[in-house]
Amino acid sequence: MANTKTKNAFVEFERVQKSYDGETLVVKDLNLTLSQGEFLTMLGPSGSGKTTCLMMLAGFETATHGDIRLDGVSINNIPPHKRGIGMVFQNYALFPHMTVAENLSFPLEVRKIGKSDREQKIMRALGMVQMQDFASRRPTQLSGGQQQRIALARALVFEPELVLMDEPLGALDKQLRETLQFEITRLAHELGITTVYVTHDQTEALTMSDRVAVFDDGRIQQLDSPDKLYEEPQNSFVAQFIGENNTLDGVIKEINDGVALVQLDGGDIIDAKPVNVTKTGERTRVSIRPERVEMDPGRLKPDAHTLKAEVMEFVYMGDLFRTRLRVAGIDDFIIKTRNAPDQIRLKPGEQIEIGWMTEDCRALDA
Amino acid sequence: MALPPYATFGQRVWHYSFRVICALIFIFLIAPIIVVMPLSFNAQDFFTFTPEMLRFDLDGYSLKHYDDFFTNNEWQRSLKNSLIIAPIATIISVSLGTLAAIGLSQSHVPFKGTIMAILISPMIVPLIISATGMFFFYSSLGNWMENNLGLDKNFVGYIKVILAHAVLGIPFVIITVTATLVGFDKSLTRAAANMGANPVTTFFRVQMPLILPGVISGGLFAFITSFDEVVVVLFVGSAGQKTLPWQMFTGLREQISPTILAVATLLVVISISLLTVVELLRRRSEKLRGMSPG
Repeated sequence: MANTKTKNAFVEFERVQKSYDGETLVVKDLNLTLSQGEFLTMLGPSGSGKTTCLMMLAGFETATHGDIRLDGVSINNIPPHKRGIGMVFQNYALFPHMTVAENLSFPLEVRKIGKSDREQKIMRALGMVQMQDFASRRPTQLSGGQQQRIALARALVFEPELVLMDEPLGALDKQLRETLQFEITRLAHELGITTVYVTHDQTEALTMSDRVAVFDDGRIQQLDSPDKLYEEPQNSFVAQFIGENNTLDGVIKEINDGVALVQLDGGDIIDAKPVNVTKTGERTRVSIRPERVEMDPGRLKPDAHTLKAEVMEFVYMGDLFRTRLRVAGIDDFIIKTRNAPDQIRLKPGEQIEIGWMTEDCRALDA
Repeated sequence: MALPPYATFGQRVWHYSFRVICALIFIFLIAPIIVVMPLSFNAQDFFTFTPEMLRFDLDGYSLKHYDDFFTNNEWQRSLKNSLIIAPIATIISVSLGTLAAIGLSQSHVPFKGTIMAILISPMIVPLIISATGMFFFYSSLGNWMENNLGLDKNFVGYIKVILAHAVLGIPFVIITVTATLVGFDKSLTRAAANMGANPVTTFFRVQMPLILPGVISGGLFAFITSFDEVVVVLFVGSAGQKTLPWQMFTGLREQISPTILAVATLLVVISISLLTVVELLRRRSEKLRGMSPG
């Protein structure tokens, strides 16, 4: 077992800490293992330490404590230019005084690769991003999306096994972002590259990654596959940060058989699945996804607790209806329903009853 | 900039007086330089326009002062001195000034403001004061070099003047290079390092080409400073290092010869060409940077 572990661990962070001023830790005790070919996204709000982690991996920042290993070798004392890691920057970082081909040639020249080999590799890399016709252009003559394609090709041209991406799509418009998200994941999987991707855009993280590490306050709050992350958040930060989420505060009345009875601050009692709460009397914040709220009590278990709700606002969004309700004393409880032919369109002021499956309502830390 | 139809009387007055003020500024700036040029073609050994010249009679004009400049030993020696001192001083200023500017642009350097102030002080302190200080400093330095290193007196003289001129040129390089570095995208050097380039390769292949316009402008200013400088060289140098401006200065005092005007004209032409180069380079760099993202 120990043997397979070292074999699969391509990138390892072990007890890594980082402090810029010697007092406050930007990264607190980071432990992370990536296997070869994996696409991992570091997701988090700004200042959560995700970019610092990426910079430590690239070698532009040094870890204050702990060990970072690449393919089993500690890289703490290896300068950035000897690490052989490809990187795509948020602002592309293409050399403005060189043409596209010269930009791609640069990493090959410093590796002393012969001219004919170079040309072949450059054309292949440009082919991967469908930019062969732009070899003689200068970066300033390209659009943002084209520049980012070139930056991607340049990060891949010297065939690194690990590629880092620092919010590469942050400066692009939505449509282009979606196209490039797809292209990046396709390339990463085709070439079998291990990718570490940093973003603050949760949609990007969910759609692109094999696993997502949610960062906050210098720690990984949860490291899981996108579906687990969305459906089974392990704490209220993750629940709140990923996707839209309804929260209700209350106190644990009892925990029985994997079901917690929560008394909400408004007095109502609901069932929830205890996640990181253990004791009776503990304060808790329950989290329910807007699309998992049920308006038809007939579709719930017969003994399920339900809540009374008053419709505050109904928003038509095309494919979805988004309804804002007042529930248990709070008036920003959202439910989302699909625009199906038989779907009820609620009107403000209507009184309804809502409920949910116990496992969709997660009792998390307050 | 046509006057709009609704302009008030005051605006009209300002509109025209603005043009007059601009014209006056240009006249005061350029006329003293322009007037030297025709005078340098004077056929007589005078500093005035002769009646022949005013009649545009070709006999009133000649190239004899230019001829004198190119054949006279005194002038040629001073030209040679200027052409030795200015380029070497420029190279020293450019190398040190560029390195200083890059160093001072790093965020972790302490006392940046103070260091910067000291480095550009030669530009701010009145020249005569720097020159006096340099006189004492470089004469002891020169004595030390002559006595302890056994160097030739004349050679030491050149070293002294070159170092003094390099010090005068450094502020220009620091200021122009710092200005170009402000727009320099740090992620470019990171990208280069990431692609496997060591710091030296990164500097010469990525950073240097991009800040080159600033380096060259600074270098040209440093060159012109040294090439035009008379005060410091009078204090620090000896007769063996007599430069062109020095020769002009003594020429003015001792033998009022229109050769000075010919030299002045040549210097003006050289300065204008050099400044044109600066301007073209600035435009080029602006084009490179203006269109790049970030």
